[in-house]
Amino acid sequence: MTIAPPRLLLPVAGWLAGLLWIAPLLLMFWAAFHPDGDALRLSFDTRWGFGNFPAAWRVAPFARYLVNTFCIVTLLLVLQLLVCTLAGYALARLRFPGRGLVFAIVMLQLMVMPEVLITENYVSVARLGQVDHYLGVALPYIGSAFGIFLLRQTFMMVPQELEDAARIEGLGRLAILLKVYVPLARPVYTAFALVSVSYHWNNFLWPLIVTNSVNARPLTVGLQVFSSVDQGVDWSIITAATLMTSAPLLIAFLLFQRQFVQSFMRAGIK
Amino acid sequence: MNDIRHAMTSRSFVSRPAVHAWLMLLPALVLLAAFTYWPIAGSVWESLHTQAPGVDPMFSGADQFAALLDDPVFLQALRNNFWYALVTVPVSVMLALAMALWVNERFAGRGLLRLAFFTPTILPMVAAANVWLFFYAPDIGLFNQLLGAAGIAGRNWLGDVETVLPALMVITIWKEAGFFMIFYLAALQSISPEQRDAARIEAPSAWYRLRRVTLPLLAPTTLFVVVNALINAFKLVDHLFVLTRGGPNNASTLLLYYLYEVAFKFQDISYASALTLVLLALLALCSALQFWFSRKRVHYR
Repeated sequence: MTIAPPRLLLPVAGWLAGLLWIAPLLLMFWAAFHPDGDALRLSFDTRWGFGNFPAAWRVAPFARYLVNTFCIVTLLLVLQLLVCTLAGYALARLRFPGRGLVFAIVMLQLMVMPEVLITENYVSVARLGQVDHYLGVALPYIGSAFGIFLLRQTFMMVPQELEDAARIEGLGRLAILLKVYVPLARPVYTAFALVSVSYHWNNFLWPLIVTNSVNARPLTVGLQVFSSVDQGVDWSIITAATLMTSAPLLIAFLLFQRQFVQSFMRAGIK
Repeated sequence: MNDIRHAMTSRSFVSRPAVHAWLMLLPALVLLAAFTYWPIAGSVWESLHTQAPGVDPMFSGADQFAALLDDPVFLQALRNNFWYALVTVPVSVMLALAMALWVNERFAGRGLLRLAFFTPTILPMVAAANVWLFFYAPDIGLFNQLLGAAGIAGRNWLGDVETVLPALMVITIWKEAGFFMIFYLAALQSISPEQRDAARIEAPSAWYRLRRVTLPLLAPTTLFVVVNALINAFKLVDHLFVLTRGGPNNASTLLLYYLYEVAFKFQDISYASALTLVLLALLALCSALQFWFSRKRVHYR
């Protein structure tokens, strides 16, 4: 250290920077709880109120959007876990001709984002009759190379002796997978689940393309349809809707901060 | 004869795991084939053909790609995306590093500061775009209110060809810097106290330590973060739908957004496929860079 900074400099500068960084969010709260005229007037004599939420709720079916998002995210996660567990185990523990090739095929997908393939995927999903259905929104993401890779790496670290012991006990392969491997990989499942849920809760482009009605439209798309400039909806109501859209995940994050951050790190660092 | 018998029994002995393996891989392989490899192959085929209503697709060779090079909107999107990457990648990575170094120090409230930096990451991009409208809106937006208070005439940030792209970059940086911060933070915390002490004795200047000791130790993280930021520069276009729709005058069009317009507004599948291949090539380039750098410069453990 050449010059020791005054003791208070670091915390005070930190608090200021933090405040500045989340100022947009604080502003969102402010506007969501103020009637339209006061939404952007920052002063002490403004009127607070909850009126914007029922108003947004009346203008667009947010309850339905919320249900849709919840169903899509859950359906996708369940299918992802199923598909990736099976594939991850096969790649980690079974020897068979062509394993290297299969692994390469899986890994190659890591660099292709489904977002780029929207045109062809839309055609396929339409052919399967899944446009505007939950399954259609989920389909391109179920075979997650990332999930397969993550579980493969985890399963490979399970001691072979455990599997051998289970086999002597007379368990079949699927039973071993379910009773030995899956429980041991629980932290990785949590990590993958949190990453998948937060990614798909916020996903927008593909759901926008593949849904066209209230039947399957998730919150993010609902919010965009509703807040397009030409809709002529009040600012404060749009803000209330924005807050409602982000709130479930935001609250979950605030409650389980550590798990979230650790999950993202576990998922990122290979 | 005996040998063959032996080979056969041992073959059937190994083939059971093989059958199991293929059965277990089947769902994943079918899905990967259907939603990754089939669409790539489809894009190649479509991009080499021209579709017209009522007529069979006609082989047209490289026509679609030639058309791309003559398409001012595509060239604009390419240029915009280039600038988008060139600004958002280094800025968000450096901010992420600065944030991580900062919240790695001990002081009161650093947990809250971490939280503040990370929270924008959790928002949907569409929501973030709505929030930033507060700042950019021409008449009531906060930037213009602030400028007005200082006696400076405001501007239409999102309606001006000059400012629209930087305005969108700010949102992307705001949204992703905190995400990359956690990777730097994890890497900083994995630097052993011995290494840190040794560096402190060898090099008394904090700046020198950062440059010569910390940054090299963080190199693998930097590579990971840079590649992800680069991919995001091509992938994150949600805010365009809310804020600009690529305008004004295509000044904020990015490649993926243009692909969306070509495919779903103009419904030109062949042209959209050519665009898809361009994006795929750019992504492949990112991966190749990552691979090359991780071989050459950065040593994992």
